[in-house]
Amino acid sequence: MTDPAAAVEAGVDVHEHAGVGDPNAHHHSPEQIRAEMRVYLAVFAGLGVLTAVTVGAFYALRSFPVRTAIIVALIIASIKGFLVAGFFMHLLSEKKVIYGILILTVIFFIFLMTLPFGHHANPFGS
Amino acid sequence: MDAHASVGHAELEIPYNVHPRPDTGVYNAKLGVWLFLASEVMLFGALFSSLILLRTGAESWPRGYEFLNVKLATFNTFILILSSVTVVMAWSHLRLGNLKKGRIYISATVLCALIFLTAKAFEYSHEFHEHRFPKTNNFLAIYFTMTGLHGLHILGGVIVFLYFLGPGAKMWLHEAERYTNRIEVVGLYWHFVDLVWIFLFPILYLM
Amino acid sequence: MGLRRQIRVGSQWMYADEAHRALREALRVMDDEQAGHGHHQSFIRRYVFSTDHKWIGIQYGFTALCFLLLGFCLMILMRLQLGWPGQPFGVMKLLGELRAPGGILLPEAYNQLGAMHGTIMIFLGIVPLAVGAFGNYLVPLQIGAPDMAFPKLNMVSYWCYLPGGLIMLASFFAPGGTAQSGWTSYPPLSVIASQGQTWWLVGMVFLITSSLLGSVNFIVTIIQLRAKGLSYMRFPFFVHAQFVTSFLLLLAFPPLEAAAVLQLMDRVAGTSFFLPSGLVVSGTALTNAGGGNPLLWQHLFWFLAHPEVYVLILPAMGIVAEIIANGTRKPLWGYKSMVFATVFLGFMSFVVWAHHMFLTGMGTTISAFFQTTTMIISIPSVIILSSLFISLWGGSIRFTTPMMFALAFLPMFGIGGLTGLPLGLAAADIHLHDTYYVIGHFHYVVAPGTIFAMFAGIYYWFPKATGRKLNEFWGRVHFWISFVCINGIFFPMFAQGLAGVSRRLYDGGMQYQHAKQIASQTNPFMSICAIGLLVAQVPFIFNFFYNAIAAAFGNRDEGLGSNPWEATTMEWAATTSPPLAHGNFEVLPVVYRGPYEYSVPGSAVDFIPQHQAETAEPAPRGGVLLPTTAVAMREN
Repeated sequence: MTDPAAAVEAGVDVHEHAGVGDPNAHHHSPEQIRAEMRVYLAVFAGLGVLTAVTVGAFYALRSFPVRTAIIVALIIASIKGFLVAGFFMHLLSEKKVIYGILILTVIFFIFLMTLPFGHHANPFGS
Repeated sequence: MDAHASVGHAELEIPYNVHPRPDTGVYNAKLGVWLFLASEVMLFGALFSSLILLRTGAESWPRGYEFLNVKLATFNTFILILSSVTVVMAWSHLRLGNLKKGRIYISATVLCALIFLTAKAFEYSHEFHEHRFPKTNNFLAIYFTMTGLHGLHILGGVIVFLYFLGPGAKMWLHEAERYTNRIEVVGLYWHFVDLVWIFLFPILYLM
Repeated sequence: MGLRRQIRVGSQWMYADEAHRALREALRVMDDEQAGHGHHQSFIRRYVFSTDHKWIGIQYGFTALCFLLLGFCLMILMRLQLGWPGQPFGVMKLLGELRAPGGILLPEAYNQLGAMHGTIMIFLGIVPLAVGAFGNYLVPLQIGAPDMAFPKLNMVSYWCYLPGGLIMLASFFAPGGTAQSGWTSYPPLSVIASQGQTWWLVGMVFLITSSLLGSVNFIVTIIQLRAKGLSYMRFPFFVHAQFVTSFLLLLAFPPLEAAAVLQLMDRVAGTSFFLPSGLVVSGTALTNAGGGNPLLWQHLFWFLAHPEVYVLILPAMGIVAEIIANGTRKPLWGYKSMVFATVFLGFMSFVVWAHHMFLTGMGTTISAFFQTTTMIISIPSVIILSSLFISLWGGSIRFTTPMMFALAFLPMFGIGGLTGLPLGLAAADIHLHDTYYVIGHFHYVVAPGTIFAMFAGIYYWFPKATGRKLNEFWGRVHFWISFVCINGIFFPMFAQGLAGVSRRLYDGGMQYQHAKQIASQTNPFMSICAIGLLVAQVPFIFNFFYNAIAAAFGNRDEGLGSNPWEATTMEWAATTSPPLAHGNFEVLPVVYRGPYEYSVPGSAVDFIPQHQAETAEPAPRGGVLLPTTAVAMREN
């Protein structure tokens, strides 16, 4: 629960914010929240740089085989995805039940992704 | 019973609607939105999977960068990332109890989304002008289907954000924490839409 | 049970059953008072756009039963044609001159009936009945929750289902008729089919949305709103079944939604996702760009549709398990292994989809993989079925109507499951694929399997929803005629299939030399059985409506009590029948024990409800009694 004394800025609505403390809730102190906001801005900068890197790598790798370009692009996209999911969606500090659901989803997602490979890998008569 | 139980008079109080359940540590809507996102992963996953199957089975495959507007798409990627960061900033300010700043950041998000959609509309009209339609070839078919579906998700997000800026913000007066939670939840959805674009951009434009 | 317990209400001692009646009366009076004091919900909020899970469950149930009957009637028309090919029937004229000139069904119309029979039965009948109706009504009550986690979402879910169903029905009036490419909608035929297919796809998008919303709601409800003390291994088996089913719906349906969007693009925007190059239709080459892959649809479709099979069967197993535990007065044998088998079944159902596609040109390596997974997935089904069979051993079985249907489920599902094994092996499947053997196999699973379980559930939980029991005698009549007729329809299909009769033949195989003999010997008999099955539903329909209408007018069976089956699970034991309109329980219950404490040695009564604290104390007959504080809490 936010400490009402810390909310000193104009226009701050503190009523209802006092009390009802729940030790299990993920309520952070204002300092923590401000620290988180700095992390968000850093992640934003990182994502911006990585977007530039994606496009840069694309032009740099034009003479290379398509396979290389695809792998590099997907690696960079995965890093960006990790940043978004890990920090913006705060998955790095999430509860077990949500990890459980996402692990299950990832497994089925992998099954789904093997579908085209299975389809082409072993045609009849091979 | 919470103080605000009386607000919705006849409405039934559902447990863990606002505060997390002690043993799971999450409130209902947060679990709900993650489950919804899990199904979205499978939806877009199926489309990515279709793209791979069609592309690997095709004799020739057009390359997006040869005719699509890579510069505009890069700009749009920045815009979407920016809109993601404004959502978490809005959520953080709401957690600090600052509705005013929260609203400003939500408005910024909506603005970013509208810029994205405008740029997308500009791209689409350019393709149509050049006589490139979904039926032209399978690359364009999957391009229009996936970006179109992604655009619909953006539009859905804009509608929800506008609701929380306008009539939905009344909830702040009585149930500030619930309102903050709602922004967190719609934020999770919004980041996911951003995440999809992060993969769509290189796959459609750069490969 | 001649025991009459006394309890203290306020300062006074009363007999438990009397106090119970008084409490219900008090609650009813309070409800009336509330109605008069501005809390009155409008008719529309209460009965049309209701957010109460119980009423939404009833809405789902009623709609789904109507669709089941409709799907069945479509099948009767098909069976008339199959039994007596080319004969005119007066009833066919209902389809109109375009589809059945002079009462003789046209082949195109036969295809339409076939496609819509499958679609309606699966997506509009059984899934909404099993998950939407039973799940919605029972899961919150069984886990001690006041409602679903998201009541408004629950309402939206129903209001996506109904328009989806209506769009499907409206497609019958589309130019060129409704969808006619089978419930599987295989391209390229489905892409070049008439306009009805587009309506089918739009309807499917609505139905998928409804399922997704519902499954999110179920999972959150089960994880978050469990009563205190209700750990996962104390769930009634039905809750486990619904839980796994919800995950299947959540994660398997989106690929079909993607596939539906792609097919919609193919049909509306002229793309070629599923159209290969160089396709010639009726002598003219298609102008599409081509380069697509029809097998892509099959992959995406079966990625959903195999888990969908378990969506059809798991809730049925859940219902049967509840009724068997209650009817045998014994705990379920092997409850834990049943639960783990269910979870494993759900998981494996995602990796068997290509066993529907052995004949599509897959290589032997991939075939071998899917054969192996298919053989593996039969193991958990056998564990569940065996546990249910063994549960009967040594029980003093109460042969009530719900128990009869539940008992019939066991061998019927057994036949359906075992006949599936040859289909899962590529070598045998080459001969049996797309024959009547397949039709016999999956109908045994779904018709005398799942639908019998649904009937069992309706007979069993009807008193819960209405306060009245369905008539036992007419229940028996319904059961025995249905049981005989349904086997008369489906068993000959195995013989037909083994003789090589293909499915989806307009004349049932009369045009083929190899099929002619067996078709002419069996088809009229099967069709007569189908009509018999229709007749058998008449006592059920009357029984159902007579009692439902009587209950709606407030005629409750007062002697019945709240727990007529003397059950242990909380939907019976911890609340009244029917439950409170608002919030289900007078006080949210706390759970102290497992779900099936029947015939506990040393106990005075043969059932101990889940929420009862002390072991030695027998539960009061006619429902649990609550202290006056409960009444006070209602006023809050």
